[in-house]
Amino acid sequence: MHELIRQQRRDLTLIGPISDMAFDQLIAAGTVARVIAAWVGNVAGGSGYGFRRAYEQGVPRRIAMEDHSNFTVGLALKAAAMGLPYLPTFTGIGGDIVRGHPRIRPVDDPFDGSRLLAVGALKPDVAIVHVQRADAQGNAHLWGNLGLTMEAAYAARRTIVICEEIVPDEVVRSDPNRTVIPGFLTTAVVEELGGALPSSVQGYWRRDFEPFLDYHRVSRSIEGVQAWLREWVFDLPDRQAYLRHMGEAALERLRVRDRRLAAAANFAP
Amino acid sequence: MIATYTRRELMVVAAAREIHDGEVVFVGMRLPLLGFGLAKATHAPNAIGLFENGVIRDRPAESFIYTMGDPPNIVGAVACLGLNDVMSLLQQGRVNVGFIGGAEIDPLGNLNTTRTSSSGSLVRLPGSGGGGDIASLAGRTVLIMEHEPRRFRERVDYITSPGHFPGRRRGGPATLITTLGVFDLSGGAVRAASLHPAVTPEQVRQATGFAITIDDGIPATAPPSADELAYIRQADPAGFWTGDSMKPR
Repeated sequence: MHELIRQQRRDLTLIGPISDMAFDQLIAAGTVARVIAAWVGNVAGGSGYGFRRAYEQGVPRRIAMEDHSNFTVGLALKAAAMGLPYLPTFTGIGGDIVRGHPRIRPVDDPFDGSRLLAVGALKPDVAIVHVQRADAQGNAHLWGNLGLTMEAAYAARRTIVICEEIVPDEVVRSDPNRTVIPGFLTTAVVEELGGALPSSVQGYWRRDFEPFLDYHRVSRSIEGVQAWLREWVFDLPDRQAYLRHMGEAALERLRVRDRRLAAAANFAP
Repeated sequence: MIATYTRRELMVVAAAREIHDGEVVFVGMRLPLLGFGLAKATHAPNAIGLFENGVIRDRPAESFIYTMGDPPNIVGAVACLGLNDVMSLLQQGRVNVGFIGGAEIDPLGNLNTTRTSSSGSLVRLPGSGGGGDIASLAGRTVLIMEHEPRRFRERVDYITSPGHFPGRRRGGPATLITTLGVFDLSGGAVRAASLHPAVTPEQVRQATGFAITIDDGIPATAPPSADELAYIRQADPAGFWTGDSMKPR
């Protein structure tokens, strides 16, 4: 994600249900032209100031917003994942999100004629997902809440799987129910330990709370967010440098050492 | 002796009281999250909690969480599914009660969390999240708000989470819990059910930008019990969600 900023990408469209400070940083860095989302902000802190500056004042550039609820983002990706032009829903009727919406239109139930909304398919060019482990073919194991990971990976033209560790394919085959992305859908698999920090990865990393609150504080001003981007993105060449900048003490505090293993499932034929 | 408590702690207690035993609850973050845990620990041990990221729990997380994806909310869950799975359960009508916060509200219980020009200049708010879905699809909704005149408006600028409207399929706003009181919204208008201790009807009228019914002899919101406070302080030890400086006497 920070590499997109380092490469000074422009005119990106971001898609997500609830986003945290990652969206705000991409927007504050001027890489984004359009956001398709249900919630853009800082989950622990509230407002996303980078997003607000872009939307309210066009700073550093104007962004277009396609507002959704969580479910309509989910249905738009699910429709694409299913190879359908749209999926019907009752959500949002009576509210302003769906009024004049470019991707949500009223339709009649062909069976009983009642009023529904059709949520048009949303097919991302690229899905970037983070999982615990994958094999070299990109067969990916993920555990914990799944959010829209599967819908995004199935819907996208290309899927990049970032994993904490690449494991032998026997590991994946030992528990095929835990595979959320079959490797033939994966365009590239990247082994990047700590690649999701400061977000948590179940069984690998705890959430680091302070960086979210720190970013929320400093991003109130444009100078503050620029200084933040310099320190944490532009002055660091890659993810390894980011982890070094966090410091070994922080990494040690966040690394999960405990074991809460799932009971084994017997797959014997 | 009555223990000292914050208004937010009282709001958590009021939220918990909206959950009946055995109900399926769509849990939001912040105060509703604590309210769900409190209800489970007291009068509603069989309540089930659905989180929009796909987590289903029948017991509260073992330690404090900032977001519903934090590792303690995954450990001991009964299921970790996807967003569309829990939203589908909501759409099917399996959820009895859902909690939503709002930045602005009108007398019909419409909530705005998208954008407002009430201060004279445009302010962009984070957006719906799951709020619009819960408002549309839950069996009933409980709304949680700061009680300020600029937030209580005759008409909201934008309806993010629909309130009462003709032709609604099911549900709608049932209860509104604010920093000043608890209000019944089920009749399509706002009627005070209780005012928090030391809050006067005049204070509520001045903080509400539209007509509101407050009956004579309106009861005070029952304060938290010692057990309720003990639960809240164990679940939010630093007062991250429940601390505030407005301590009623």
